[in-house]
Amino acid sequence: MIRILIASLLMASPVVALAANNVEVVSEMFVEKAVVQAGSQPKIVLVKQKSGPPGTKLVFTHSYHNGGQAPAANFAMTNPIPSGVDYIGSDDAFATVSVDGGKTFGPLGQARVRASDGALRPARPEDVTDVRWALKASIPVGGTGKFSFRATVK
Amino acid sequence: MAVDRFLTVETGAVRLITLAVAGMAAVMASPALAVGTTAGTTISNTATATYTDATGKPVSVPSNAVNLRVDEVLNVTVATAESGDVPALPGATNQVVKYRVTNTGNGSEAFVLAPITAIGGDAFDPTATSIVLDTNGNGVYDPGVDTVYTAGNNNPVLAPDASILVFVLSTIPAGATDGQRGQIDLTATDAKGSGPAGTVFAGQGTGGGDAVVGTTTGVGRDKNFYVISAATVALAKTASVLDPFGGTKSLPGSIITYTLVATVSGTGTIANLAVGDPIPAPTTYVPASITAQGAGITDATDADTGEFAANRVTVRFGSVAGGQTRTVTFKVKIN
Repeated sequence: MIRILIASLLMASPVVALAANNVEVVSEMFVEKAVVQAGSQPKIVLVKQKSGPPGTKLVFTHSYHNGGQAPAANFAMTNPIPSGVDYIGSDDAFATVSVDGGKTFGPLGQARVRASDGALRPARPEDVTDVRWALKASIPVGGTGKFSFRATVK
Repeated sequence: MAVDRFLTVETGAVRLITLAVAGMAAVMASPALAVGTTAGTTISNTATATYTDATGKPVSVPSNAVNLRVDEVLNVTVATAESGDVPALPGATNQVVKYRVTNTGNGSEAFVLAPITAIGGDAFDPTATSIVLDTNGNGVYDPGVDTVYTAGNNNPVLAPDASILVFVLSTIPAGATDGQRGQIDLTATDAKGSGPAGTVFAGQGTGGGDAVVGTTTGVGRDKNFYVISAATVALAKTASVLDPFGGTKSLPGSIITYTLVATVSGTGTIANLAVGDPIPAPTTYVPASITAQGAGITDATDADTGEFAANRVTVRFGSVAGGQTRTVTFKVKIN
């Protein structure tokens, strides 16, 4: 009887401790698989898979949800590219990338890297060290969204 | 689920930014990878979200980590390590041809080696008698030092990108003739498995992932050729006589000039060719009369290439290739 009472008190109590941490991010990883279809082009499907050989194309997604009670302003996500993959790109055209380990971010087309001979050359996708998504608008209460980028297993 | 379903951005404000940096996320082909990330490696990805809450306080939220274990790819190449056909003689044994076996996969692999000699289009089939691993890595077959290979017993184990030189020893058929070629191939098959590219050996990869057959089908193969490089030598001897009266009669006191021509034929080389002739009984050697290729040679047994010794003329020419001749002359006087 007492236990039930405590349980119901906990459920009912208007806890505000979560206010500082009210945007949740759930990350997922998918493997691109080509499925051959009779009479048409192979269709690319995304499957959840725990392993893959070098060359496997991966899609990483980050889904956010503002589960708090106030809008979240200046929302940004930064994803350092794991060493075992080469960045391909993000279809979120507003995504910016870093080729210097996250010090500076910008469009890939403007990034330069120093080649082994010391000369600067335009950065290629595989030079990307971090990818970043920044939202101009605040995430309203209950707001959701998703970012993604694609990479290849080195 | 189609890809583009995932890649939708739902924030209206963001679309405007899109225009400003249009094209920045151009997708390029990823570079070709020789070997790739080592099998069994775990690739872990985590992102961090930051924002400011209602009170203006910065908040940082890590995402959950997602992990991918790198599967093992089974790839191997075999390449000849000879610069061309390998010369051999009919009936010769332990004739060596070299191959390099390279693990082009991303995991450590054992390879089963096998020679193939019954191949169409060549003139003879060598008989492969043994396979030897260049265990001391000096690039040369060292009998008794390098390890003899026995299939399944000491399959060479190669790390990703590592290679080993393999010697195949053969016996050449006795009936093979000059200029004929005989093909011999070496195959290296991944002991873990082979088959069409994409074949999966579930759970057999290093670190517990899958092993997947790569584009080489898990089998490497290349060829070498033995070419019969035989040489024969024919010796022709002629004599011209000069008698004391200026004629050509064989009289006491006549001088006979002997000309010995050694003709080497075939595609091979005669090693240590020596031309020798005993002085005939009723004659006496004319001192200092030896010539080799037109040049005089002293009679003494010394550093030059010939001598008169034990009543015999000898001239040594070393290695002489097919198609060449060597000429020796000397004189005797009829007693």
